[in-house]
Amino acid sequence: MRQFLLFISVIIVGIVFTARLFYLQVYKSNNDSIFEDNAIRKVYDYPKRGFVYDRNGKLLVANQPSYDVMVIPREVEPLDTLEFCNLLKIDKEHFIKQIDKAKHYSWRLPSVMVSSLSKEDYAILQEKMRKYHGFYIQKRSLRKYETTIGANVLGDIGEVNNRNIKNDPYYKRGDLIGKAGVEASYENTLRGRKGIKFIQKDRFNRNIGPYKDGTLDTLPKPGKDIKITIDYELQAYGEWLMQNKRGGVIAIEPSSGEILAMIAAPTYNPNDLVGRKRSKNYTKLFNDSIAKPLFNRSLQGVYEPGSPFKLMNALIGLQENVITTDEKITCYSGYKYGNRFMKCHCHYGARNDVSRGIQESCNAYFATTYRRILEKPGNARDGIELWSNHAKSFGLGNFLNNDLYVGQKGRIPDKAYYQKAYPERFYSTYTISNAIGQGEVATTPIQLANMVAAIANRGYYYTPHIVKAIEGESLPKKFTTPKYTTIDKKHFEPVIEGMLNVYKKGTASGLQVKGLEICGKTGTVENFAIIDSVKTQLTDHSIFVAFAPKDNPKIALAVFVENGYFGSRFAGKIASLMIEKYVNNKITRKDLEKWLLTHSLENEYAKPYSGEPFKINRETQYQIIPMEEVKPLPDNIIPK
Amino acid sequence: MRQTDRHFKFDWLTIFLFFLLVGFGWLNILSASQNGDEITILNFTTSYGKQLVFIGLTCILILLILAIDSKFYERFSSIIYIIGLALLVGVLLFGKTINGATSWYAIGPMTLQPSEFVKAATALAVAKYISDLNTDIAKLKDQLRTILIIAIPALLILLQNDTGSMLVYGAFFFVLYREGLPKYYLWIIIFIAVVSISALKFNVLPTILVVTILLFGFYFFKRKKVKISLPIGLLLLCLALSFSVKFFYNNILQPHQQDRISLWLRLEKDPEKLERMKKTFAYNLNESEKAISSGGLKGKGFLEGTRTTGKFVPEQDTDYIFTTVGEEWGFLGSFAVVLVFVILIIRILHLAELQKSQFSRVYGYSVAAIFFFHFMINIGMVMGLIPTIGIPLPFFSYGGSGLWGFTILLFIFIKLDSNRINEW
Repeated sequence: MRQFLLFISVIIVGIVFTARLFYLQVYKSNNDSIFEDNAIRKVYDYPKRGFVYDRNGKLLVANQPSYDVMVIPREVEPLDTLEFCNLLKIDKEHFIKQIDKAKHYSWRLPSVMVSSLSKEDYAILQEKMRKYHGFYIQKRSLRKYETTIGANVLGDIGEVNNRNIKNDPYYKRGDLIGKAGVEASYENTLRGRKGIKFIQKDRFNRNIGPYKDGTLDTLPKPGKDIKITIDYELQAYGEWLMQNKRGGVIAIEPSSGEILAMIAAPTYNPNDLVGRKRSKNYTKLFNDSIAKPLFNRSLQGVYEPGSPFKLMNALIGLQENVITTDEKITCYSGYKYGNRFMKCHCHYGARNDVSRGIQESCNAYFATTYRRILEKPGNARDGIELWSNHAKSFGLGNFLNNDLYVGQKGRIPDKAYYQKAYPERFYSTYTISNAIGQGEVATTPIQLANMVAAIANRGYYYTPHIVKAIEGESLPKKFTTPKYTTIDKKHFEPVIEGMLNVYKKGTASGLQVKGLEICGKTGTVENFAIIDSVKTQLTDHSIFVAFAPKDNPKIALAVFVENGYFGSRFAGKIASLMIEKYVNNKITRKDLEKWLLTHSLENEYAKPYSGEPFKINRETQYQIIPMEEVKPLPDNIIPK
Repeated sequence: MRQTDRHFKFDWLTIFLFFLLVGFGWLNILSASQNGDEITILNFTTSYGKQLVFIGLTCILILLILAIDSKFYERFSSIIYIIGLALLVGVLLFGKTINGATSWYAIGPMTLQPSEFVKAATALAVAKYISDLNTDIAKLKDQLRTILIIAIPALLILLQNDTGSMLVYGAFFFVLYREGLPKYYLWIIIFIAVVSISALKFNVLPTILVVTILLFGFYFFKRKKVKISLPIGLLLLCLALSFSVKFFYNNILQPHQQDRISLWLRLEKDPEKLERMKKTFAYNLNESEKAISSGGLKGKGFLEGTRTTGKFVPEQDTDYIFTTVGEEWGFLGSFAVVLVFVILIIRILHLAELQKSQFSRVYGYSVAAIFFFHFMINIGMVMGLIPTIGIPLPFFSYGGSGLWGFTILLFIFIKLDSNRINEW
């Protein structure tokens, strides 16, 4: 047996080694993919991010170089710290802190010492840089907004977060991604495709040459430029008028669904979110939970539409043949249903047809209409479904499914909705508020603007969108095919007639623009806030929808001004001015313009937070701003 | 026997395996020592260029060894042994120190490591002494003398501070055991190894407890009655051994040796310290395991090993050459290397058993045992199965002395084996 000891030992060791190899290489193998192999450095080559132009070709967003001062601690030699700190505009403590941080990270690898130097600082520093060993300047590309307006349209870019990385393996830590607006919704178009170089490194993390002679490397593909539908001048003008107010404005070109202006107030300068100051400013904007400058009110603000929704009820009434253009309905300064009463501004005994009902915004007329629609099929549950389907065909109550980064569904209640709310019994009178655009109906400014565009088109709309052209690509079909509503074309004329009369002799008669046939509708919406757990009524929202000219309309818009009181008080003025600006490209109503600029609603917004009792609507005081304090219009946009 | 047959009496399988290992070894040295520059094979400033020269010289060496009459090796074994010892003493006096070990003669730009050649000399001396008709390995006196023959070069190598090469002399235990060393030696070695490792890994008390239970269980259930003094004696021995191992580990071993053992037995549990270990003394092992593991089943391909190219594993062309195999040739390649070594050693063993002369048999056995030790310690170390001990992998690791030492060792046996039929 003696001769077998070594033999057996050899066999055992052979088996043990094989098992160990199997464990290491097959069972537990990490099988370095090229991206996980820490012997391969991945160096990304970032392409130029695409530019953004407005509909007339004005450059809105470009790129700018930015300069980071980098440090490699190992190569630093004694230097004149004081002079260097002065050049970098930092203090000595900061300098020491940054150096320590860099050393802690790596002695051999570069760390950022100071990020995003301005061009001026760079120019001075560049000449003296050779004196400082171990420091060098690295160029990066930053976004440059060629304008101070349109922050909510253009959005911003920032570093990717963990979720971005998880959702899309394209992104690596430190990459930039569109965070909001066009930057976010057209991220893939604008960003291009980064190139990658694989570099073999050694155990000191030094580069020792290309991996596989660079055969796996790829070149960056530059991002595409994009033209958006926004009219820069209209956008700027609208934002200017909306200063010191809160709300949203959407202007659409009815014949194409292109969004001409998308204003959310208050807003901010998009350049505030670029470079070194980004994080500080972003925190400031983000933490403003009262004015919410990052909240895109024109897309996300869900409001009860108020009187403009009467247009919808008129159309449904006509389509369902429950009212006719001839029939007049008597208003008793209100509408009595059961033992309840809905007030109206009409004098007692006024008799209104459809147009006049719109012109005078008669509550009784539309309450009657709404009730008839709901009762037409025999029971109110089927009636509400009928009504709801018509309203939804205008793009209300659901996402518009467009190319905007944010949105809200709004609400158009239907059978199922009320089945939950009223499981036992349901009568048309339960929801009579819907007749005048209050109650359960809720829309966003863009939905309402789209509804007006559909009326302007007499029966169809194009999905509102923000992209006008991308180089080398055609627009998606959903933006170029009309979507038809369930209302016949012939029913629009009496409604439009009513809207025209709103301007001619109705609630907006003070806002006329000479020589321009504007069709509009005012809205005044009650709203409430919970203050110290008490439901408190605030000043009404001022709402206005309009399109112009009456024939071949060029612009349709919806204006929401929070707590602006009645519709023509704020929203109507803004709508008139913006229409004049866009259609005629001049402002004759300087009086309206001046009034809007000098009247602030900030006092109104402060009320719920003041902790003191306050008055609303009729009893509020205007807050007047002297003309000198009004922010100037960026560039000289309005021709004399 | 016809004259032409003489050339074919060599064991061609062994020679084939030898060249297979040397050739494949060189490819891996090439991969481990290239630095991304263009590879010119005849560039003698690089390790792979030099190794090619060593391999060339090896072929001449082989012819020389095979040309010498096989009687020469037996007859002159004592003189060869004494020359070897003299070289070892000389290197202590005149040697050059590399990596803390004084093991090299510097002749111009060349360095020679005598300990690589003394293995063969010792094997010859042991074979000669054991095959002597007056020697009976079962006797204590002859055992001591044999051990002395082995211990002198081992001690001299230890003085050079080359612990790894010293440990190889342990291989001779297999030889002595084969030639009749009493069985209890094996049991004592196993006993000492198990108790020592257990005392370090599980501490003294649990070790003693388990040994007590085993010994007394064995005592009470054994049919043939033995005296109670045997288990008690063993227990006391075990106790003494446990404590002295602990003492040895804590007080006598150098810190880096302590670290290696601690790493091997996974004594450190604190994750923070483990992380720090990975950056210090466990760095080699960590990188080596990662490199092997990254090869996966099929490997990354010749010259494609990213960790090899990046020189992540230190000493990769010498002691850690097997990591290159692991990374570039994967499980299949590594397994093939293990298999070839196993076949080679078993082949040598088989041939040794066929020898008519005891001298040839003992020598062959020594060759197999020495190869086995190198193979086991080197690859075991690289894969983290045994503590870090720096010794080369035969035929693979870069270095002329090593290659020649193993070649001489092997080809003397091939020569002896070719002569086994026409004795004397």
